Amino acid sequence: MRKQLFLASLLWLCASAMAQEKPVAIKGATIYPIAGAPISNGILVVHKGKILSVGAAGSAIPADATVLDATGKVLMPGLVDSHSHLGGPEGGDASAALHPDARAMDAVNPTSDGFKKALAGGITSINVMPGSGHLMSGQTIYIKMREGHVIEDLLITNEKGLYGGLKMANGTNPMRAAPGVFPGTRAKSAAMVRELFLKAMEYKAKIDKAGKDVSKMPERDLRMEPLVEVLQGKRVVHFHTHKANDVLTAIRLGKEFGFKPVLHHLSEGWKVANEIAAAGLASSIITIDVPGGKLEAIGLSLTTGAALEKVGAAVGFHTDDGITDSRLFIRSAALMVREGMSREKALEALTIVNAKMMDMGTMVGSLEKGKDADFIILSGDPFSIYTKVEQTWVEGIKRWDINNPKDKAFLTGGYDVYSPIRGEFHHHEGDEH
Amino acid sequence: MKKIIITIIAAQFIFAANAQIAIKADLLYTVSGSPLREAVVLVKNGKIENVGIGLSIPEGYRIIETKVCTPGLIDARSLVGISGYLNIPTDQDQLDKTSPIQPDLRAIDAYNPYEALVKVIRDYGVTTIHTGHGVGALVSGQTMIAKTNTGTVEQVTIKPLSMLAMTIGSSVSGNFSSPGTKAKQIAMIRTELLKAQQYQKNQTDKDSTKRGSKDLKMDVLSMLLSGNIKALITANSSVDIMSAIRLAKEFNLKLVINGGAEAYRLIAEIKAAGSEIILHATMARNGGDMLNMTNESAAILTAAGIPVSIESGYEAYVPKTRVISFEAGQAMAHGLSFDEALKSITLHPARLLGIDGRVGSIDKGKDADLVLYNGDPFEYLTKVCGVMIDGVMVKEGCD
Repeated sequence: MRKQLFLASLLWLCASAMAQEKPVAIKGATIYPIAGAPISNGILVVHKGKILSVGAAGSAIPADATVLDATGKVLMPGLVDSHSHLGGPEGGDASAALHPDARAMDAVNPTSDGFKKALAGGITSINVMPGSGHLMSGQTIYIKMREGHVIEDLLITNEKGLYGGLKMANGTNPMRAAPGVFPGTRAKSAAMVRELFLKAMEYKAKIDKAGKDVSKMPERDLRMEPLVEVLQGKRVVHFHTHKANDVLTAIRLGKEFGFKPVLHHLSEGWKVANEIAAAGLASSIITIDVPGGKLEAIGLSLTTGAALEKVGAAVGFHTDDGITDSRLFIRSAALMVREGMSREKALEALTIVNAKMMDMGTMVGSLEKGKDADFIILSGDPFSIYTKVEQTWVEGIKRWDINNPKDKAFLTGGYDVYSPIRGEFHHHEGDEH
Repeated sequence: MKKIIITIIAAQFIFAANAQIAIKADLLYTVSGSPLREAVVLVKNGKIENVGIGLSIPEGYRIIETKVCTPGLIDARSLVGISGYLNIPTDQDQLDKTSPIQPDLRAIDAYNPYEALVKVIRDYGVTTIHTGHGVGALVSGQTMIAKTNTGTVEQVTIKPLSMLAMTIGSSVSGNFSSPGTKAKQIAMIRTELLKAQQYQKNQTDKDSTKRGSKDLKMDVLSMLLSGNIKALITANSSVDIMSAIRLAKEFNLKLVINGGAEAYRLIAEIKAAGSEIILHATMARNGGDMLNMTNESAAILTAAGIPVSIESGYEAYVPKTRVISFEAGQAMAHGLSFDEALKSITLHPARLLGIDGRVGSIDKGKDADLVLYNGDPFEYLTKVCGVMIDGVMVKEGCD
């Protein structure tokens, strides 16, 4: 029995190694490398999970490569979603408003069928975040849509050596009716955050003072450690903020403590585009069909993308799944193009800008030699309702194919396709986005 | 100065009210017939005076040119104007939770033509809405039909009482301590309808002393029983849809299945019952009773010969309403034909709502409700560049 298992696993290892042993070349498609101008009739070669080359027709294809024809299709990098709640990322609980120590990693279900939605939508990398019902709900995780059965299989270690950021929020969501635990006002919200960061600065000063002398290091403090990483510029703060005044507060907090938050959602970003650009901050914005549904979103406009592009600020998009559906991520970008964003910047906002804001711009988000072989094949113009994502490849492995009925079911839905227990829907009731 | 302004305003008002307009469209979808290229719609006194190719435009008509023109869009089931965009208790009038059965609640006593979302959907080309009480009660109240222009509720209303909004499903048991189960939900509705049958009988008794006193609730349920109004029953799971069909059969109700996430599993049963359907928004979230929904429902039902009207429906959070043209577009992206997608938000709902004599297609004599686009109405990058209601341009320009 044990021998059989050993043989089986050996065979499996061989099979997966073989899947990557030979290079794969995809030819004929119009390639949007994002790193450069579109290439019509281009050739992409991937090998061992990485991109070997991106070139025009006639560029070299290794002799041993498996060649796939994608004539008439559009090929672009796998999409990067900078804000999602797929997989059930719980952070802190109702015992406090600030939980820098709570890790989404300890909550997310790595086999959630929600991730099939991401694949069906062409998403290959995701920032999975705990909800926004806290000033600080916990540590986020950056994950790749690989096949995996434990969360470690999915994690992406970024350029700073981390696999996640820190989720913060201001505005109405963290203002809960629990005096003494949650803030009741915006000023109290900011004061509570400032108090915690002051402590973190003191803690960091002790570490800096100790230098290499381990005996002088302060006691370990799980709440302080991620904040020190923020102060060191290693861990990115992903800051949920909608209204113009709340955006300015997020900017102010970042300035005071020397960190550069990524500003998320930005319903009223169009009102403070100049201030966001002046602060040099990147934005991750949401596309909602109509304004309202909550007080901080009544000023929502789909012109935020165009307004930020105009002043030269970095713009990314996100799904906030389940607020919008991962299968419709490209649609979000298209609606921003409809309201004035350039196609070029909207494509970047689905890919490289999101990658950069998570310190993984050298790894994913564009088709360049040496980067991860994450790419999608579309049936046509990315910004058309008639276009479909046909294939989603992650690190050189085809993970989703519209021609496979089992895969397609996750695009369309149907009876018994999705599990009733998948976690990412719980926050609809809790008003936590 | 003041006088000049008044004159200008007065002139505009007269112009708007009596305007004679000719819409010249590169591509005109009448919906009742084949699409027309290089067509003209003549509008006079709020009605469509004529439509066709090569019509000469009489003098004095203001000419508006457009790439594409469709009929004004009709939202088969909305809560806009009643469930407001602030989403705070004071602008949520769709569900009173004091009792699970309240047929006496009138939509016209709640509808606000100036609510922000009315303008939002109007600017996306929705000119008629079937709106009213919400989901989540066995009988939450009445629905109404209105144009999306502004004015008093009387001025914008087409039908003050259209249907009775009912729900069978888990949301009801979430809102009330009883009914707490599916079986109890049906038992409570049946009990109330039996009472209404007795009330109807009493009311027509020859002996006036036996008629009993008038009852607002029973009056409306009597209308339901006699088929004067339809039963709009929100039911999504197969079990709940079958319960709705069983109820309709027992009490001879004119059933409109609303939501219908699993209707694709019950095509034979729905056809046998002769029920109509207002299908959930294609982009609705697939959770709870809607877990098994498919984006292909509209295509599957249409192929089976069941006309599909697509709703915006109730949204509890963000987005506070769906936009039917976006939803029909997604249904098209998942197998519904372009023509049927357009019908699902124009002529099909007009017929289902019994207002197709006035709206739902571009035909001579119908209300001049039109939408102008700068491209394919369903395409992501297309903008609505003009909206006309009753012959008046209520939106002009693409932004």
